[in-house]
Amino acid sequence: MANPVYEPTRRKLEAVRMISASGILGYGFPESSMKAGLERKPHMVGVDGGSSDPGPHYLGSGKTLNSRLAMKRDLSILVRGAVANGIPMMVGTCGGAGGEPHLQACADIVREIARENGLHFRMALIHSEQDKGFLRKRLAGGRVRALGRGQVLTPDTIDKAERIVGMMGPEPYRAALEAGAQVILGGRGTDPAPWVALAMHHGLPEAPAWYAGKMLECACNAAIPKKHDCLMVTVGADYVEAEPLNPELRCTPLSVAVQALHENASPITRYEPGGILDSKDCRIEAVSERVVRISGMRWTPAPYSVKLEAAQKVGYSAITLAATRDPGLIGQIDSFMAFVRESTATKVTALGLSPDDYELVVRLYGRDGVMGEWEPDKGALPIEVAIIAECVGKTQDIANAALSLARVTLLHSDFPGRMCKEGNMAFPFSPSDIERGAIYEFTMQHVVEPDDPLQMFPIEYENV
Amino acid sequence: MAKLKDIAKACKSKNAGPFEVTLDIMFDNAELFERVRATGVINAGLIASLYGVEPSDVLFTEYAPALAWKATLPRRIASGAVGDTDVYGAQQHAPLLDIDVPI
Repeated sequence: MANPVYEPTRRKLEAVRMISASGILGYGFPESSMKAGLERKPHMVGVDGGSSDPGPHYLGSGKTLNSRLAMKRDLSILVRGAVANGIPMMVGTCGGAGGEPHLQACADIVREIARENGLHFRMALIHSEQDKGFLRKRLAGGRVRALGRGQVLTPDTIDKAERIVGMMGPEPYRAALEAGAQVILGGRGTDPAPWVALAMHHGLPEAPAWYAGKMLECACNAAIPKKHDCLMVTVGADYVEAEPLNPELRCTPLSVAVQALHENASPITRYEPGGILDSKDCRIEAVSERVVRISGMRWTPAPYSVKLEAAQKVGYSAITLAATRDPGLIGQIDSFMAFVRESTATKVTALGLSPDDYELVVRLYGRDGVMGEWEPDKGALPIEVAIIAECVGKTQDIANAALSLARVTLLHSDFPGRMCKEGNMAFPFSPSDIERGAIYEFTMQHVVEPDDPLQMFPIEYENV
Repeated sequence: MAKLKDIAKACKSKNAGPFEVTLDIMFDNAELFERVRATGVINAGLIASLYGVEPSDVLFTEYAPALAWKATLPRRIASGAVGDTDVYGAQQHAPLLDIDVPI
């Protein structure tokens, strides 16, 4: 049976209803909530697919944050719902990091869902990986700026990056909507982008569109009790209304205000690719026990800029987990660790390696393993201390070799007053050493000024 | 005198991008929030001293609609870089808990 034909519309509307399925694609959501939402005849469904929060590994390695199975489950409900209702379905920052492998992983899942369900639609893939040559030219032309405390970008940082993505605004999504795509998968973008695009596509202004997008990207983070569930937001010319689709959840003025604090530097000023969203004078009012209306947000246009994210390989890592229950050792753990560090260096050098070939990082849990230099209470003596010793080497072999020597040194070094000469550490596992493979770090805190908002984000269309 | 952990609804931390961590102090009682606000104890200088950074490195916002204060500061080490201890920045809130509030 052929599915209903999608009839794209660019009709101006007084208000649009938009759904966000969950906090991140693959986190899951109750199917009943999405069903209830679709009965309300929304103008789109979507979900944000990523975040930089889980760290640089995903952007660097090209691996997805969530499992294929979990992403497929969420996408299947979204794609089938969108097709049955003749509305667009959009995913932002596919696969966790929004690079090319992440985007292709999601596209592959969508094609499989279409095949298995006999669905046909026009799909757009919006690419966000950046060409190093293009960025070097922009840098040379003075079109790259550092953000906040970031250093001036150097060509070297561009060259050394494993992968660089630009964070797209809503414009590429709007272009794909204009072109009649029903399923739109985006690479890295600013999280609100898909919903902002839909609202503006139907003629609604920036301020409420961006405010709505900011709420929707985290779905029911704006509701209580907090869970991964579907949120509906209605955008009008000068207001936004939020309502969770699960009847057990509620949006309250406080829960909506609290969402404004989530994962950003400021709850009232939000910098976006083409302007600034200002929520200082927002009115947040209860419409009912579970629906909240927000008004008074402002949008100030600013020169268009695209934020960059980059991951650079820094080496290879191996770790070991150990712990001590020895009060004598715990009482002098800093001097003991200094000895271990020095002794390990001597042994590594004896292998013909240079001290520059590896770095030993020790985290002491029970002391300051969580906060490091920020730990305010270093004086307390714990009954036991857990140790994660890590060696980062230029190659995996070097990391493994250095870690092996560090582990033996932890286990068998002497210290004043030592009572248990059989070994200083309890190792919970055999083998005790774990290879972590290549490791990465985030290297860019910069924006590029493009010629236009679409320049850095090519769109590819296919009939699925 | 009260400890913040005994009167606030939440004291929390989280990344604001890979290079910054943001701290939120939140109340769920408007009257109590106003009393704490009137003391003036919660400010950028206090956060800077608790975390050993310069006051100019703290972006501090009082956000009355959420009965909250927000402070954003540079992370010690970028998220997930060598030596990092908290990739999500989700466990850097403890110094807030023992803030003494003269109410």
